[in-house]
Amino acid sequence: MVHYSEARLDASFAALSDATRRGVLEQLGRAEASISDLAGKFHMTLTGMKKHIGVLEQAELVTTDKVGRVRTCKLGPRRLEQETAWLERHRQLWEARFGELDQVIEDLKQKEMIDGRKKR
Amino acid sequence: MDARKGEPTAMKTPSTWERKSERELVVTRTFNGPARLVFEAWTKPELFRRWWTPKSFGLSMLSCEMDVRVGGGYRLEFSKDGSPPMAFFGRYLEVTPPSRLVWTNDEADHGGPVTTVTFEEKGGKTLLVMHELHPSKEALDEAIASGSCEGIGETLAQLDELLATLGASAAR
Repeated sequence: MVHYSEARLDASFAALSDATRRGVLEQLGRAEASISDLAGKFHMTLTGMKKHIGVLEQAELVTTDKVGRVRTCKLGPRRLEQETAWLERHRQLWEARFGELDQVIEDLKQKEMIDGRKKR
Repeated sequence: MDARKGEPTAMKTPSTWERKSERELVVTRTFNGPARLVFEAWTKPELFRRWWTPKSFGLSMLSCEMDVRVGGGYRLEFSKDGSPPMAFFGRYLEVTPPSRLVWTNDEADHGGPVTTVTFEEKGGKTLLVMHELHPSKEALDEAIASGSCEGIGETLAQLDELLATLGASAAR
């Protein structure tokens, strides 16, 4: 049985909702990079890139390691969790469907009761 | 989990999810009604379209054709937030009212899963078991990696692609 943490998945999806952050992940999938490397590649300020890395770090998609004055970024432990993420989205969709289905069944039951009364 | 506003939450029961084997995904959920009504909601297009594409997911059903008999076909077309339509289609392998439905999912290029849904009534409630059997471990892995089973939108499919890429490069 797979268990899911909604808060963690929320953090992942929030982190991945931004094009720059997705680009950073793709970049880090190819090779580790320092924050200043990334800032250069994505044409942003160091401060701007630090913020993006912070969000990715919080979602555990990226880990960083500071050696001397250079902070190196690499992919974090969450990168292999696509199965969990997929199952969770699949599950959420079905929970929503089942919620609507509850309503349809409730309506059918009501209708049967009314029809039943009419027949008597 | 937070309940959405204006919905009856009192009788909602959670579903259980399990990747039962390398090829199987099993979902169970209890509904507060007799099996014949739950079965009806799965087999009559006018009822089916009321719940298959939840608005809370930005989904809307564009067309829903269901020829519910052995060998009969179905085709569901829907879109997410006004994006280009997506289609699910296949045919029914078994139709046993009100207890069992089996269909193929043919939208995948090379052999999609077979879905079996059973409806078991007990004391006016119905236990629904949905079982998805994929042709191979690779097929289920691939469905998971591409997000193709749910078709809830290009954005998510892209996200899956990205995650799959990341997973692949990490495995190297």
